[in-house]
Amino acid sequence: MMPLLSVKDLAVRFETHDGVVRAVDGVSFEMEEGETLGLVGESGSGKSVTNLALLGLIPSPPGVMSGVVHFDGQEITKLSEPDLRKIRGNRIAMIFQDPMTSLNPLLTIGRQLTEVLELHKGMKYAQALRQSAAALGEVGLAEPEKRLAQYPHELSGGMRQRVMIAMGLLCEPRLLLADEPTTALDVTIQAQILELMAEVQKQHGTAIILVTHDLGVVAGSADRVAVMYAGRIVEEGPTQDIFNSPVHPYTKGLLSSVPRLDSDTSCELSSIPGSPPDLAEMPPGCAFAPRCPEVQPECLLTQPDLLSSGSPQSRNACPIASPRASREASS
Amino acid sequence: MSQPLLKVQDLTKHFPVGPRTIFGKPEQFLRAVDGVSFQIEKGGSLGLVGESGCGKSTCARTIVGLHPATSGSVRYEGVELTSLSRREWLPYRRKIQMIFQDPYASLDPRQTVAQILNEPLKLFGLGRPRERRLRVLALLEAVGLNPRHVQRYPHEFSGGQRQRIGIARALAGEPDLIVCDEPVSALDVSIQAQIVNLLSELRERFDLAYLFIAHDLAVVRHLCERIAVMYLGRLVEEAPRDELFKNPAHPYTKALLSAVPYPDPEVERTRERIVLGGDVPSPLTPPSGCPFHPRCHQVGDVSGDRCSREVPALVHEGQRSRACHLD
Repeated sequence: MMPLLSVKDLAVRFETHDGVVRAVDGVSFEMEEGETLGLVGESGSGKSVTNLALLGLIPSPPGVMSGVVHFDGQEITKLSEPDLRKIRGNRIAMIFQDPMTSLNPLLTIGRQLTEVLELHKGMKYAQALRQSAAALGEVGLAEPEKRLAQYPHELSGGMRQRVMIAMGLLCEPRLLLADEPTTALDVTIQAQILELMAEVQKQHGTAIILVTHDLGVVAGSADRVAVMYAGRIVEEGPTQDIFNSPVHPYTKGLLSSVPRLDSDTSCELSSIPGSPPDLAEMPPGCAFAPRCPEVQPECLLTQPDLLSSGSPQSRNACPIASPRASREASS
Repeated sequence: MSQPLLKVQDLTKHFPVGPRTIFGKPEQFLRAVDGVSFQIEKGGSLGLVGESGCGKSTCARTIVGLHPATSGSVRYEGVELTSLSRREWLPYRRKIQMIFQDPYASLDPRQTVAQILNEPLKLFGLGRPRERRLRVLALLEAVGLNPRHVQRYPHEFSGGQRQRIGIARALAGEPDLIVCDEPVSALDVSIQAQIVNLLSELRERFDLAYLFIAHDLAVVRHLCERIAVMYLGRLVEEAPRDELFKNPAHPYTKALLSAVPYPDPEVERTRERIVLGGDVPSPLTPPSGCPFHPRCHQVGDVSGDRCSREVPALVHEGQRSRACHLD
């Protein structure tokens, strides 16, 4: 069976005054129907740009994109702008981090929701309005008819994020790209929104790419996790395996530097020394090598590939930590 | 009994908002901080946690005198700070320092690191120019920055390094108390851990006391011995760290703890989560009675309508205190 989404060698570079910034540098992954992929990494690791590139939303210039993206049997990287527009918000929808800046402050909630249905489904305004009210009710907003007449500034952050989710789900997309959907929210509101997303996914069978820097959110919501560092996926696998037996030194470092509510407070938090590399001046070898506790001389020379390791669902890009995978690849 | 380093009692801060009446009096007040009391011992550390808008940052800023208090008292080693003039404040500024959340906005972009760190030394009259230069280098070393970068500007540093500069600036006057307002929430996890470790190392080395404001409970747990939970301008619970996490007594603390995601798929799958309904109410129109009662999942356990009528007082019991009508 064909996967719902397949991404091959996706790369995005920005040609800036300070040189070429390789924001995404050869990212490949696949997604099945109805699954949740957690895309984690620190700021500047390329997770948001990956998401934007999937929908052809990279501004050009200065952005240059390459690679192949198949969605639902169609090569969407080849589509023209008008054809892409038919997919965006329809079969692939997106939820952004900040609901304040991603809703139009000059239009009512109703206007912004009905627009989606009129454009993609060819509905009449009255019918679109009824459907929009139903969608708002479905994401747990009280008095949906009243909300339709309100402007974004009249709603709280949690309510606005519910509106964003309702908007994203209006056309029952096959794939939802959620870019840090709860980062701007407080923990008690975050818990509400994550629960809502899980419920919606169960009902509609939507596949979700969940971009986040919060490993706790990923642990609770994702089936699979891909860890990004400096524009590349360094490790990928089922959520259980990533958290229980991480292989890549960056994943290990990231997991152990998160303070937990049940960790030992008498000893220091372990941290990763140094800071991520400048994407305009990347080191020749493994991007993590300058900070890596397990670094070997060869790490500084050649960039390792993302190879399958152990189980068929797991991949990682560290030949030192997984000698078996590198031998398989060379034979 | 020796007196505490900092004693805050019934501190309130109300901001006038909206139009004024024809007599020039404001019509409405935003009750950002509404009767908060706590104390910090010398070398102690208190974490003040709560969600955005609960008043924790306003509380911190009122304590260090950045906002004049509406009422209540803040005593530092027994001296009342709220009634001091600007000039009288100066010696205490040296003893009480602050670290801010945003390392990008809290450093002057036109000053070099040397100038940034020299300024408090000069202001407090610490040493001659040559001694001050050496002290600046020692400060950089103490926070883990390369002393050779002393002539650089803030934009040449990463976020984590800038936060280190902010910490060095706070240390310059050899303070006894540092008020940290969300010092790590703008940083990535791997960098966040570095700064948390640095803060706890500095505390031991210089015998500092911390008032640590944060919304991330796991970070607070690593740095603070006592934790106070705020909701809508009031303290709802205060307890020693381990007791608060093991045995939260206020329904809001329970919900807050259960909402924190664990970086562990097994725990996440099996734990029971209290999902609160609704949003935090506006501090312009706080609910009657207990500020938490419209969202409280245990409001039914209290007989009658006490929760919606009566504001629960913060009751002390042994090491901990709680403001709730529950038995």
